[in-house]
Amino acid sequence: MNQIHSILLVAVIAAVTMLLRFAPFLIFGGKRKTPAFITYLSAVLPCAIMGMLVVYCLRNINFLAGSHGLPELIACAAVAGLHLWKNNTLLSIAGGTVLYMVLVQVVF
Amino acid sequence: MKQTTHSPGSGRTLTYAFRQSLPVMAGYLVLGIGFGILLNAKGYGVGWAFLMSVLIFAGSMQYVAVGLLASGASLISAALMTVMVNARHLFYGISMIDRYRNTKPYRPYLIFALTDETYSLVCSGDVPEGVDQNRYFFYLSLLDHCYWITGSVLGALIGSLFTFDTAGIDFSMTALFVVVFLEQWRSTENHTSALIGVGASVLCLLLFGPSDFLIPAMLLITLLLTLLRGRLAQA
Repeated sequence: MNQIHSILLVAVIAAVTMLLRFAPFLIFGGKRKTPAFITYLSAVLPCAIMGMLVVYCLRNINFLAGSHGLPELIACAAVAGLHLWKNNTLLSIAGGTVLYMVLVQVVF
Repeated sequence: MKQTTHSPGSGRTLTYAFRQSLPVMAGYLVLGIGFGILLNAKGYGVGWAFLMSVLIFAGSMQYVAVGLLASGASLISAALMTVMVNARHLFYGISMIDRYRNTKPYRPYLIFALTDETYSLVCSGDVPEGVDQNRYFFYLSLLDHCYWITGSVLGALIGSLFTFDTAGIDFSMTALFVVVFLEQWRSTENHTSALIGVGASVLCLLLFGPSDFLIPAMLLITLLLTLLRGRLAQA
């Protein structure tokens, strides 16, 4: 039951991902011109979505109890700081994650 | 001795694609290993890592998928979540229509494998003399796909062979999004869209709570961007 539900979940995620990747080519792949509104969204939406995903990752922080979200905030600041300093994506991700793991396992 | 089985430049195309893909190799191995470890920590082993990386091949979504699997999310909410996390692919696709127009017979696979990283490589300039462009796109996509599968399977293996405290490993996903957010912030002059994304999401999080805020946030973001179109489209 659980196994089947998991397989269905993977299938749905794969199918929707594929649909999203193929849709523009199926809809606009012919000779028709891409509508201006779609072109506009394609320019402005990515930044907004990424901001939304950052908030999504931090959605379960409780500032009033537990560690008050300090490990998350410190680690996010470390990721941003590392990235602005060294400009190395892997270093920023690995450094921030290791720091966060140390913070939640040892410090807080 | 003359080689007759390959079209001229085939080997050179592969070599060139391999060289260009090296930064992605490093990234995908590390992110893939992170994904594999995380997936394994939630009770899904090597087979699941392999299956997901072959069929889905979308980094951020696979990280999100671990949470969906572990919490036994409904199929509808998984579909909606996929639409939101991967909506950007619609826009990658729109900007690739011309570049991928005459790429038969590779076209279906190229479209399937159009990840953020492959997109950035395919977009970065023209290929040198003697390199078959369509075949180059194909090798790039295939190599990147292989790196991703290898990384995630390795991660699942590492996770199952060594027992260590994985508490906090989920943060690698947060870190990935923070880095991409920063990259986008630096590459744009007008930050209204990024601020709308954060602001609308925080507002909806406060109003609807952590488990229900994503859909309202997505709608609010689209609404605000549509209303501000006159101002933002000029910038």
